[in-house]
Amino acid sequence: MDIEETRLPGIGLRHDFVVRSGQHIGVVSQTNGDRELFLYDRADPDACRAVLHLKPEEAATVAEFLGAPRVTERLARLRDQVEGIATEGITLAAGSPFVGRTLGDAHVRTRTGASIVAVVRADVVQPSPSPDHVFQLGDKVIVVGTDDGVEAAARLLADG
Amino acid sequence: MDTAQLLIELGAVLLGLGALAHVAGRFGLSPVPLYLLAGLAFGSGGVLDIAAPEGFFESGSEIGVVLLLLLLGLEYSAPDLLDQLRRQAPVGLLDIVLNGLPGAAIALFLDWGVPSALAMFGVTAVSSSGIVAKVLADLGRLGNRETPTVLGILVLEDLAMAVFLPVLTALLATTGAATTVRAILVAVVVVAGVLVVALRHGHLVNRIVPREAPSEVLLLGIFGLALFVAGVAQAIHVSAAVGAFLLGIALSGEVAERVRPLLEPLRDLFAAVFFVFFGLSTDPSALPTVLVPAAALAVIGTVTKMATGWVAARRAGIGPAGRLRAGAALVPRGEFSIVVAGLAASAVHPALAPTAAAYVLIMAVLGPLMPRIADQPAAWLVRRAERKGAPWTQPSSGTGFTTT
Repeated sequence: MDIEETRLPGIGLRHDFVVRSGQHIGVVSQTNGDRELFLYDRADPDACRAVLHLKPEEAATVAEFLGAPRVTERLARLRDQVEGIATEGITLAAGSPFVGRTLGDAHVRTRTGASIVAVVRADVVQPSPSPDHVFQLGDKVIVVGTDDGVEAAARLLADG
Repeated sequence: MDTAQLLIELGAVLLGLGALAHVAGRFGLSPVPLYLLAGLAFGSGGVLDIAAPEGFFESGSEIGVVLLLLLLGLEYSAPDLLDQLRRQAPVGLLDIVLNGLPGAAIALFLDWGVPSALAMFGVTAVSSSGIVAKVLADLGRLGNRETPTVLGILVLEDLAMAVFLPVLTALLATTGAATTVRAILVAVVVVAGVLVVALRHGHLVNRIVPREAPSEVLLLGIFGLALFVAGVAQAIHVSAAVGAFLLGIALSGEVAERVRPLLEPLRDLFAAVFFVFFGLSTDPSALPTVLVPAAALAVIGTVTKMATGWVAARRAGIGPAGRLRAGAALVPRGEFSIVVAGLAASAVHPALAPTAAAYVLIMAVLGPLMPRIADQPAAWLVRRAERKGAPWTQPSSGTGFTTT
């Protein structure tokens, strides 16, 4: 993906790129923190067909929605990228003994050698959760380790 | 002077200006033409004669020019200016010459003399960066591909002002060819020197005021520095406005970012005072007689700006519709035409100030409509190109601004 960066003197910066579907989109970052998200017109590629003006906090919210699932995606891809390292998203099902208990209680690393790097709850990623993190039903626990280690961690979280 | 009368009249004027700014905001207009009208109405020969705060308005208007140019300079950095100079210098030159000449020609035609011709050159040449940027933002065109070209031209115009104003000041302040030439040379050398220093040693200027200083230290420090630099610049005939502009360029980074919101309210106040004062000192009874030349200049100025924008955008690889939009966006004139006219007013032909006022009244009100008016023909150009099947551009090709 080729991202073009253009300075807008007195206003800020523009970044734009063409996505795989062929649509040309861009973001203007104004020096006052406002963001403009826009879609270029197909017939007139110099003009914008749709413009979304966002205040800084609104832009942050949109970024969060776009960003959170991407972290999970990237973790999933990591599995293919690094040989000998496995990544698994383990969802805590109803039968798990750790629902309502803390991450520290599970002793995942000592017992399996695999590490818990993140917990995803309702599409919100919490990276590097602390040992006193309390698991809830439906939490997706991201575990990184060897193939055996990750498998052992999955069994441990499911059955205790 | 009677303090009560001064405060009452000053308060009434400012209150009135506040109401005008509110009205302008409601209609998405620039308040500048309304301030001018207010000044024309309140001055001698106008409907209401307000005399008491004239002293305040006179000094206030000088401060207004300094603040207008200081904040303009703060928006740009020296690398920004050089960058635009490298990319679009020919277009910038075309813009200034093409749009300045009609003003100069009319002044010579009406036999106003050379200094007036030079001043009128400046009045008609420069677009209003404030109005243009606001219209582009309001119409949601900041992302358009022709917008960097438009903004680049505004930057170059401001840079051209930094050379033009000292030349004008020198020409007005001196008599005799030799002293005039010397004053102009001094001015140009100073401007070039300051730009180089700002570029190479900008960080030194930024250390004059500690960046973690409390707000009032920063406000008083930079405001005081700006007035001081402007005064020195005026004393050596470089013009106070240019001194403030160059200081604004030299200031950058955190100091510039912190001081901008502190100075903006001051700028709004004193710039309003400046426009009112210009109106106050312009005789409204002269307006009808200059209406014809002003209207002619407005028509020519619209055409020449459209042509400038068209050429500049085509050079940047923009399609016909975008070229039209770029030209239309550049049409509004405003604050800087008045700055030039105000600078020259006392030393040039008496008809110049009313002409400039009438010109800006037309161009600041009708100018912002041009981008909207140009939408229809632009859409037609797009449809025509579609019928011809001529893909004049590829979305990510050669705007000339890529840094990836």
